[in-house]
Amino acid sequence: MTEITTEKARIGAPSAQPFINGFTEEGESLSPINSATSKAPLAGEAVKSHSHGGGVGIPDSSRAGRLTSYNLADFKPLTGLEEDWRFTPLKRLRGLHSEVLAGAAPTVTVSGPDRVTVETVARDDKRIGSAGIPEDRVSANAWENFSEATVLTIPAEFEADAEITVVIEGTSTVAAAQHLVIVAEKFSKSVVVLDHQGSAVVSENIEIVVEDGADLTVVSLQEWNEDAVHASSQQAKIGRDAKLKHVVVSLGGDLVRVTPSARFTAPGGEAEMFGLYFADAGQHLEQRLFVDHAVANCTSNVLYKGALQGRNAHAVWVGDVLIRKEAEGTDSYEANRNLLLTDGARADSVPNLEIETGLIKGAGHASATGRLDDEHLFYLQARGIPEDVARRLVVRGFLHEIIQQIKVPALEERLTEAVERELAVTNN
Amino acid sequence: MSTLEIKDLHVSIDTEQGTKEILKGVSLTIKTGQTHAIMGPNGSGKSTLASTIAGHPRYNVTSGTITLDGEDVLAMSVDQRARAGVFLAMQYPVEVPGVSMTNFLRTAKTAIDGEAPKLRTWTKEVKDAMGKLRIDADFAQRNVNEGFSGGEKKRVEILQLELFKPKFAILDETDSGLDVDALKVVSEGVNRAHAEGNMGTLLITHYTRILRYIKPDFVHVFVDGQVVEEGGPELADRLEEEGYDRYATGAGAATIAAAQA
Repeated sequence: MTEITTEKARIGAPSAQPFINGFTEEGESLSPINSATSKAPLAGEAVKSHSHGGGVGIPDSSRAGRLTSYNLADFKPLTGLEEDWRFTPLKRLRGLHSEVLAGAAPTVTVSGPDRVTVETVARDDKRIGSAGIPEDRVSANAWENFSEATVLTIPAEFEADAEITVVIEGTSTVAAAQHLVIVAEKFSKSVVVLDHQGSAVVSENIEIVVEDGADLTVVSLQEWNEDAVHASSQQAKIGRDAKLKHVVVSLGGDLVRVTPSARFTAPGGEAEMFGLYFADAGQHLEQRLFVDHAVANCTSNVLYKGALQGRNAHAVWVGDVLIRKEAEGTDSYEANRNLLLTDGARADSVPNLEIETGLIKGAGHASATGRLDDEHLFYLQARGIPEDVARRLVVRGFLHEIIQQIKVPALEERLTEAVERELAVTNN
Repeated sequence: MSTLEIKDLHVSIDTEQGTKEILKGVSLTIKTGQTHAIMGPNGSGKSTLASTIAGHPRYNVTSGTITLDGEDVLAMSVDQRARAGVFLAMQYPVEVPGVSMTNFLRTAKTAIDGEAPKLRTWTKEVKDAMGKLRIDADFAQRNVNEGFSGGEKKRVEILQLELFKPKFAILDETDSGLDVDALKVVSEGVNRAHAEGNMGTLLITHYTRILRYIKPDFVHVFVDGQVVEEGGPELADRLEEEGYDRYATGAGAATIAAAQA
């Protein structure tokens, strides 16, 4: 009885006490850095000024305050101590952060429905810069050095009946720059698969424009050879009632660092971001994503799952979700799950959630890293299933949750096989 | 005809306070075709016995033996025990995310039989068994135990019992948390498996209720890690009337002393 009474009292008396200092009815009063005047079409205030965080507040206090610029010179040389580089072994970047990226870019081969247009354009094409602005030195280095870009356009109202495959094949390990623009015009519906393979040392900027009412799935597949080094900034701008599903699958390469971002520019947008990675001995697979709820009534859902095996297998996941003051009615969730299959592997997982308005539907973040659950294994073994088979069943099941999001049967099959191969390596 | 023989079994677990002995010398012989009920108050070690036979790593056997037709069960891994014919219907079946029931059942059946079941007959067999246990057909597509209610999980345990056809079934409080209808359905499943004549059953329960549907040949009363009384089905009736109070600490010791005298 007492408990019920207490509960009622709490619900019934919101205004009896004065507000806590620094709080309003909607929650904490936050720094002026993300003030209502920032409409953030691309990134923070910096878009206009091309300088440090728009010059207000403390740059590192909010994800919105991060330096964004098209000019390499604006970014200081990396030391490895920077927040967004602290997990990355710079020595293994093979010059992507320090050299002129003069190598030949990996070749781009596009196949898909005829109505999808593919153009190779010069740096001055007006579509370049329409969705992205570098947020780190490696991305800016690619922006400074790319010679030509591939622009993929899915025409308005076109519903592609087959996926559009972009094979990006590396043939040299001289540090190179790559640039790709994907434009999903109004009310189009399509699936674009970016299939990275071969050997390369490449920094890549991918701009993704999802126009009003468009429904776009982008699957970025990293099945590089063992020696590849790949940094990929994949920035999406999402229009009114538009939908982006973004799937990152990193399996191959020596060092892969993917930094996807989704920025809502008009209400009603939806972003689903999924990721799957399988890090083997010595491999560094990093993903840092950013969801920018800059406008009202948008939905985002993030789930990244990874398995790690072998000595010095290293996975990094950093998920930044920012719900700005004007983003009322936001519904957002992000989660990361890691399975450590052997000793000597390491997963760093950092979910960051900034909420500047209390008038939202939901916001959540979660992260869990663990070994295979002994009780799961016991249950399966108690049914006669040998331990190695049981382990494989559980890992396969764990990763399948992401694979089944892709909804391209041939690709799902290929990834399932790729995961099987990974599992066979150490007989897990 | 097979025999599962447990001799003077002592089992302990590691706790933060140190090693704790749970089973203090249990002996039990079960033959194919027999049903043995193990009854006792909470914490008496009933479930420990079940998990130890199945090989759960948490339980350390400090002395004693378990043999199946003379083979040393304690030397076998968990999956080897299952393939040798020991089946544990768990008290709390775990959810295994990402693994579908269909895939799980087929993988387990293949492991137990040593060869993959013929697809067409197997599918029909699973479907029939599910129908008899009143399990919805869509459960086959769902992940193992994921989102199942307590009663559904227990039915799925019995489904496996019927499909895998073990030599010895250990039912660890399969009746707990079931309503009367579900209890009947589950008991019918056990009786069907039993009627095939090649299975011995160790039925672990706190209540006498399930014994109205599954008739035991022998009843063993467990208190504080030991069997304190054994008898036929009439012992269960007496427990229903009197409860476990007369085995309370002290009284239990007196009973043993009296039995030994």
